[in-house]
Amino acid sequence: MTDIEQSWAEQIREAAASKTPLRIRGGGSKDFYGQQLAGAVLDARAHRGVISHEPTELVVKVRAGTPLAELEAALLAEGQMLGFEPPHFGPDATVGGCVAAGLSGPRRASAGAVRDFMLGVTLLDGRGNRLHFGGEVMKNVAGYDVARLMTGSLGTLGVLLDVSIKVLPLPVAEATLRFEMDALEAVAQMNRWGGQPLPVSATSWMASVLTVRLSGAEAAVTAACARLGGERLNEQAARAHWQGLREQSQGFFGGEAPLWRLSVPSVAEATGLAGSQLIEWGGAQRWVRTEQDAASVRARAAALGGHATLFRGADKSVGAFHPLPPALRTIHQRLKHSFDPDGILNPGRLYDGL
Amino acid sequence: MTAATASLPENALREVDYSQVDVARLIGELRAVLPPVALLHDSEDMRPYECDGLSIYRQVPLAVVLPGTEAEVAAVLKICHSVGVPVVARGAGTGLSGGALPHAHGVLLSLARMNKILTIDPLARTAVVQPGVRNLRISEEVAPHGLYYAPDPSSQIACSIGGNVAENAGGVHCLKYGLTVHNVLRIRGVTIDGEVVEVGNHGLDAPGYDLLALMHGSEGMLAVVTEITVKLTPKPQFAQCVLAAFDDVIKAGEAVAAVIAAGIIPAGLEMMDQPATAAVESFVHAGYPLDAAAILLCESDGTPEEVAEEIQRMCAVLESHGATEVRISRDEAERMRFWAGRKAAFPAAGRISADYYCMDGTIPRKRLGEMLTAIQGMEKTYDLRCINVFHAGDGNMHPLILFDANVPGELERAEEFGAAILDLSVDLGGTITGEHGVGIEKINQMCRQFNVAERQTFFRVKAAFDPKGLLNPGKAIPSMNRCAEFGRMHVQGGQVPHPEIERF
Repeated sequence: MTDIEQSWAEQIREAAASKTPLRIRGGGSKDFYGQQLAGAVLDARAHRGVISHEPTELVVKVRAGTPLAELEAALLAEGQMLGFEPPHFGPDATVGGCVAAGLSGPRRASAGAVRDFMLGVTLLDGRGNRLHFGGEVMKNVAGYDVARLMTGSLGTLGVLLDVSIKVLPLPVAEATLRFEMDALEAVAQMNRWGGQPLPVSATSWMASVLTVRLSGAEAAVTAACARLGGERLNEQAARAHWQGLREQSQGFFGGEAPLWRLSVPSVAEATGLAGSQLIEWGGAQRWVRTEQDAASVRARAAALGGHATLFRGADKSVGAFHPLPPALRTIHQRLKHSFDPDGILNPGRLYDGL
Repeated sequence: MTAATASLPENALREVDYSQVDVARLIGELRAVLPPVALLHDSEDMRPYECDGLSIYRQVPLAVVLPGTEAEVAAVLKICHSVGVPVVARGAGTGLSGGALPHAHGVLLSLARMNKILTIDPLARTAVVQPGVRNLRISEEVAPHGLYYAPDPSSQIACSIGGNVAENAGGVHCLKYGLTVHNVLRIRGVTIDGEVVEVGNHGLDAPGYDLLALMHGSEGMLAVVTEITVKLTPKPQFAQCVLAAFDDVIKAGEAVAAVIAAGIIPAGLEMMDQPATAAVESFVHAGYPLDAAAILLCESDGTPEEVAEEIQRMCAVLESHGATEVRISRDEAERMRFWAGRKAAFPAAGRISADYYCMDGTIPRKRLGEMLTAIQGMEKTYDLRCINVFHAGDGNMHPLILFDANVPGELERAEEFGAAILDLSVDLGGTITGEHGVGIEKINQMCRQFNVAERQTFFRVKAAFDPKGLLNPGKAIPSMNRCAEFGRMHVQGGQVPHPEIERF
């Protein structure tokens, strides 16, 4: 163990002995996400730096406190990227926070989510044990997939020390096309195109405009542009559009109204919720700005075959995440207990009592 | 017992003895919830279930049940839970690591009768299937919609999708299209206490912990899967394959790295060394260059324009990295011929050797040369030949150690040879199993790859789903006081289990 790891392990053991919560925090860019922030801060930023990145392996191993921007710059220098296009939500975002929050950006529907790229993890559990799972290889079925379990667990199962992530080459060519159509037609179109061998890498719909990004071989992108038609955005406008979605910096995400994220089957009909909406991920992610009560938003998401997250909102007393059915809740509680028997790691951040 | 082990389930410390099970009560209760055809307890009837693809391990269970519905699965599990009997789930029985080996004092639960494709949604590109559905059948059924199910393990004509989930099966195309875990959206299953749970979602994610990921590769230790929603992929319009020859295996390994470094993700990237090439060439006449130290097969798929562009880039990289010959498949027949040799590697090994033993380590690609050099040294140390085929794109190797079990000492030397390869895989930063699973076969190597605290964590994870430890006990994760040596797959008299299945 390094000095930092050693001191954190001790801090965890002391916290466990006194049953005092620890709040694991990277850059704090996602403090808004999830539920309560309880406990003394364990600042994860001290443990930083890329441990290894060999472009020919398509794998990067990086300490969790490394700024996400630093990692992406290192990958870019080698013509590579994080395939899941994670949001930063601020200049201080860390790799650990990115994995713990498990949030993916516009490329998610075509390339995969954070969890799809996770290959290995080293963590400190709630006993202060340093544990390593997975590895730096693409295929690995030795033991349960604890590395993927860490994504989206919001620090409730352990303090991430380092992660190994599969990376992708930058696409050779990209083009962004715009089409005017209503939401219903846009969802149908996203799904139709998704079923064809087209190099679609991102889709969005808002205010009667469907925007589609194509990424891949030069010839494939050119051929797809010719086939799909629409209005082609210049490179700068295209980048601004996708960046605005990824970082939620564009107008839709401004203002005070609660922001709900509905994760639904891509073919789901209109949410029918009051308020404005923005559709991504080929129809599978629907953002809604609505003042409607949480119960009715969640009931609607469930009726559509999905779930609803109160992504940004002043009042999280209704729960940030969709309630779990009893059998799953029991498994969650047991898993939490197995990694963190004293319940000291980010308690209540994901669900009450977890 | 230390404080650290105090909270551990009993099965984490030692193998639990189930020999005192009340068999009469068990059979009586099972009979009450299953139709007569779905319950076997005569040892002759149970014989076909005594092993999976790793046939050196055989065990007849107390009973075999073949539920036809989720309700029957739940009823069986409730009974086993209350009687305290181990349950081993089984798909098509093609697994190579003994994961579906029955428990002597347990129930074998076959999902073979749950083999319906429930729904296909071409617009959403999903299909809901039962666990006993064969992998390839999904692709066949959805083909009219221009779709297919991407993961293509070598046994895909026979293996079941439920088994694919249990092992997180891969295949030749997984570098580009992902493993089973990347292609399943939702699983419905039953825990040992008979509770139905759904993990994942028909959307792209679900709230809470990623239990969907945890279920993949869990070897039937967490729950019994009863329904799976798979993601379907649009069929590529066109595919072409490049065959490149090298006069040195290290150079071939470097060329693999160079292809990836050039920003190309091939649809398939396979490597064979000279002894492997020679073995298959005399068998299938694929037209491989016999003087090459190694050959690479590098495939591109997509639109015709895309493939033409990618093939040109691949060829440029291969030629500039010392390929002595580069051939591009001129038509579909030639492409299939290029692949035929690679797919015939296992039966070809069976033709040139009485027995062989297949390994499944994965190592970082950059260590391929080191591994091959080390294996050459081991051939001398153990006085046995080894032929090498690789999923080179993702570093997953299948060295085939050739031996003759009738020659005293050869089996033992083959096992030591295999253990040395797995040990080296771990030392090179890799893993003891890329896609075949741990099962019973590699349970002792788990002691080497994971330390005590990590193995304890695995037992605790299992206990979150299965507190009594009744699902597939004794597999995949070795107990604290049992890191005993187990045998591994070897092939008797040149006979591979399920000889009709292509292995690669």
